[in-house]
Amino acid sequence: MHTASWHSVGMTLDECIKCNVCTTYCPVAAVTDKFPGPKYVGPQAQRFRECGQLKSPDISVDYCSACRVCNEVCPSGVKIAEINARAKAQIVADRGIPIRNWFFGRNEQLGKIGSIAPQIANLGFHNPFSRFMAEKIMGVARHAPIPHWSTAGSFGAWFRRTPRLKSDKKVVYFHGCSTNYYEPQVGKAAVAVLEHLGYQVIVPPQNCCGLPMLNNGEFRAAEKLYRSNIAKLLPYADQGLPIVGTSVSCVLVLREEASEMLDIENDETRRLRNALWDMSEWLRDLLERGELDTNFRELKMIVPYHVSCQARAHRMGRPSLDVMTLIPGLDVREGNAKCCGLAGTYGYKAEKYDIAMKVGEEAFRFVRAQGDDVRFTTSDSEICRWQLEHGTHKDCRAPIEIFAAAYGLYDLDKRRLIQK
Amino acid sequence: MKQIETEILVIGGGATGTGIAWDAALRGLRVVLVEKRDLTHGTTGRYHGLLHSGGRYVVKDPHSAAECIAENRILRKTHAHCIEDTGGFFVATPEDDNDYPDQFKAACAHIGIPCEEISVAAALKREPLMNPHARRVFVVPDGAADSFQATHSTAQAARQAGAQILNYHEVVQLIVKGGEGDRRVVGARVRDVARGEDVEIRARMTINAAGAWSGVVAQTAGVRVDVIPGKGTMLAVNHRVVNTVLNRCKMPDDGDIIVPIHTVAVIGTTDERVQDPEHLTIEPWEVELLLREGDKLIPGVSRARFVRAWAGVRPLYQEHYSGASRDATRDLTLLDHKTRDGVAGFLTILGGKWTTFRLMAQVTLDKACEYLGACKPCLTAQTVVPGVEQGHYWLGHRLHEVEENHLQSELVCECELVTRAMLENAARSNPTLTLDDLRRDVRLGMGPCQGGFCTYRAAGILHEMQVNSEQLTVNSEQLEEWSVAYMQSPAHNAQSRNTQHASRITNHQSPNLLLRDFLQERWKGLLPILWGRQLKQERLDELIYLCLMNADHLPDENATSPLSDFYSRPGISATADQGGAP
Repeated sequence: MHTASWHSVGMTLDECIKCNVCTTYCPVAAVTDKFPGPKYVGPQAQRFRECGQLKSPDISVDYCSACRVCNEVCPSGVKIAEINARAKAQIVADRGIPIRNWFFGRNEQLGKIGSIAPQIANLGFHNPFSRFMAEKIMGVARHAPIPHWSTAGSFGAWFRRTPRLKSDKKVVYFHGCSTNYYEPQVGKAAVAVLEHLGYQVIVPPQNCCGLPMLNNGEFRAAEKLYRSNIAKLLPYADQGLPIVGTSVSCVLVLREEASEMLDIENDETRRLRNALWDMSEWLRDLLERGELDTNFRELKMIVPYHVSCQARAHRMGRPSLDVMTLIPGLDVREGNAKCCGLAGTYGYKAEKYDIAMKVGEEAFRFVRAQGDDVRFTTSDSEICRWQLEHGTHKDCRAPIEIFAAAYGLYDLDKRRLIQK
Repeated sequence: MKQIETEILVIGGGATGTGIAWDAALRGLRVVLVEKRDLTHGTTGRYHGLLHSGGRYVVKDPHSAAECIAENRILRKTHAHCIEDTGGFFVATPEDDNDYPDQFKAACAHIGIPCEEISVAAALKREPLMNPHARRVFVVPDGAADSFQATHSTAQAARQAGAQILNYHEVVQLIVKGGEGDRRVVGARVRDVARGEDVEIRARMTINAAGAWSGVVAQTAGVRVDVIPGKGTMLAVNHRVVNTVLNRCKMPDDGDIIVPIHTVAVIGTTDERVQDPEHLTIEPWEVELLLREGDKLIPGVSRARFVRAWAGVRPLYQEHYSGASRDATRDLTLLDHKTRDGVAGFLTILGGKWTTFRLMAQVTLDKACEYLGACKPCLTAQTVVPGVEQGHYWLGHRLHEVEENHLQSELVCECELVTRAMLENAARSNPTLTLDDLRRDVRLGMGPCQGGFCTYRAAGILHEMQVNSEQLTVNSEQLEEWSVAYMQSPAHNAQSRNTQHASRITNHQSPNLLLRDFLQERWKGLLPILWGRQLKQERLDELIYLCLMNADHLPDENATSPLSDFYSRPGISATADQGGAP
């Protein structure tokens, strides 16, 4: 599967000039000897892996957290993170997938099942004994910040239940699994902001973007999800409607990661890609066109902003920052930490939890350095938010929640919409 | 002058020469082999690495093809660990003659080469980059052979059977006794290059296995042998764009084969008659031709990253031949100089291919035994060399072993995964004069950066070993047995790293010279392909060595090692011994 065509990510190994910049920047290699670094597991090891080989020769690539810092710093354009993801997929194809990773890949189903009776699910799973057993039996890190199921019902149910604004201006919203089942507040804030701006919000049927499966090497299953999302979303894209998402990682997968890793590049994937927007990126675009309501209320507070790896990988600048700086009184401070450490499902794995926490220390330290007055931190990715809360004991909010609060639509403390 | 008495003297430490030494030792003969450089320094170490199934010559040269398939089967057993079982395709592209595939198929059946036609779709599934417009594809038992490892293993087997292998021993003059009509070669005067001493070796039979240099050797006995030196140029793609040997299904010609060998894929070859086997220049037209032809097998391969170009010289021979070297026979030829030239005690073996080296040795020894009297029959087809228990190697074996044994932090050459212990053990167990010798042993510096990141490390390690061995004051008997079977195994070397033994670095060289000569040697192969991504790599290497380390103004700038001149560019300095021998 590695050299299916000259456009395969594996071919970018030829760009490597061994300069070691990626190894120097890699946040994982810096804290553990178990990961020999991106150059070694990426372009270097790739020369020893080929299709048709009896077995995968290596295993340490499993310690790559897929944060993509290497890609970002590589001066030569080697798609290191994608090479690593495909190597992991080969290992899964050869040796099978551990049951734990199989579960991690099905976070949509877990969300759905837990949402049937969220109180019971939370009680059943989030108690010290269950977590202890989950670590012993399944290898799910006991202290890792696994989200709670929303006890207020899923985002989808709320959206269908409540009356919606009708308008000629329409926008399609991709919420992702975690907004649906764990953080419906983020979705509610997004809908409130979009409707405030006069847009009719369409939430089409959608499914998991496939990132947890891509991260755990289940490429076949991830491909099914990707193709299913294309089928569900493409009609809207073809109508010329923007498809915006509040989860940077989901949007990144739908935009480019899935097609690159799975070697699916065609007209459909391109049409979908062109319609997709990260929420902040889309708001910034409105701003640039002069269509964004900038009549924000004052939010007098210091907010440390952690730039998530996935947001960086979009190569779209810092749209959340661009919009947040327009909010009067808001003192946004951008951190330079490379990665929060949790990186998808990485830090949930018992053998990797300590590594994830060590990687995250740079981000935690940055938050602590902003003083004790800090009430909230912010980050574009839910994963980073959970890890930041875990590492700093401060609440973390999505940028869209802050925008909603600045429009007077949202209570940041209680994390709910302000009823008018 | 030091004197050695033996029954057989073999000249040339390539595949054929070491095969002869092995065969002779197994037959119970006393044998000494001399090689002017390192083993495999000549043609053996400069070929594309194809283990022939015979398919390539099946129409043009059926006799050669039959030898190939027979030897292919034998070597898969006797040298199992030196072979990767890649299999091979014969691909009829739209450019190729339509009638040839049927001839090919019939000829394979006639000779007994297993040959199965598969659909182009099935072939593309196995090799996605292959030309999708191919018309027909045949599968044959081609393979990839590590000629460095194989020759070293043969040499070790020969030593275990009692042979004496002397590398860096260069023939100065064959010793001829008797007058007109009764002349006889009785040995050779040989120069120990490392120590600068002469040695006289007396033998009942002298076998000239010097390959492309055979004519030069024979001349010192007044015998004329007109080798047809056919230069073949090859290009290495940075990674394995194919995992199966791809041949064009047509009459053998330039640029019609791609061999996946270790981490690279080699496009070969050209065939041009040259005068001097020592200094080979790679012409731009050769590179262009290989790229153009390569594209016919793998469309787009010409735009891939190339890491190196090199050339070897085929020691072809055809009595009274004056045509193109491409059309000269690949058959082996044994010259009995007693019947041919009236010079007894002297045989020259020529032609053949790497795949048939064992057979060449057998034929040579059969003839030698006729003269020497009773000796045992040939045993090489039934005897395995040390290391075969490892089985065929596979592409991932080094990475797998490094991973299993957590040797990631031990890497000296990161591209080819050479650990420090591998390097040190190779230097200890195998006579070493230059870093290039270690390259042949463990693939040091053969990857994408072409020595950019390992040369300074290796030079430092050798220097450290030299300093330590000076303190040990050992004599040569205390040195470790020449053991090469596991030379390429990171795992094995991790377990058996033995610091008690001194290095076999025969003359104590300045680390600056080691560094300079190796860089020069790498540079030679880079010049012809210096564009695109490899050019970018070389710019970084240049910054490391010239700007950071000032490697072109080292203290030993004007010093020379026995091999310095060899690494200089052709035309700038002459060889050590123009009239010399291998």
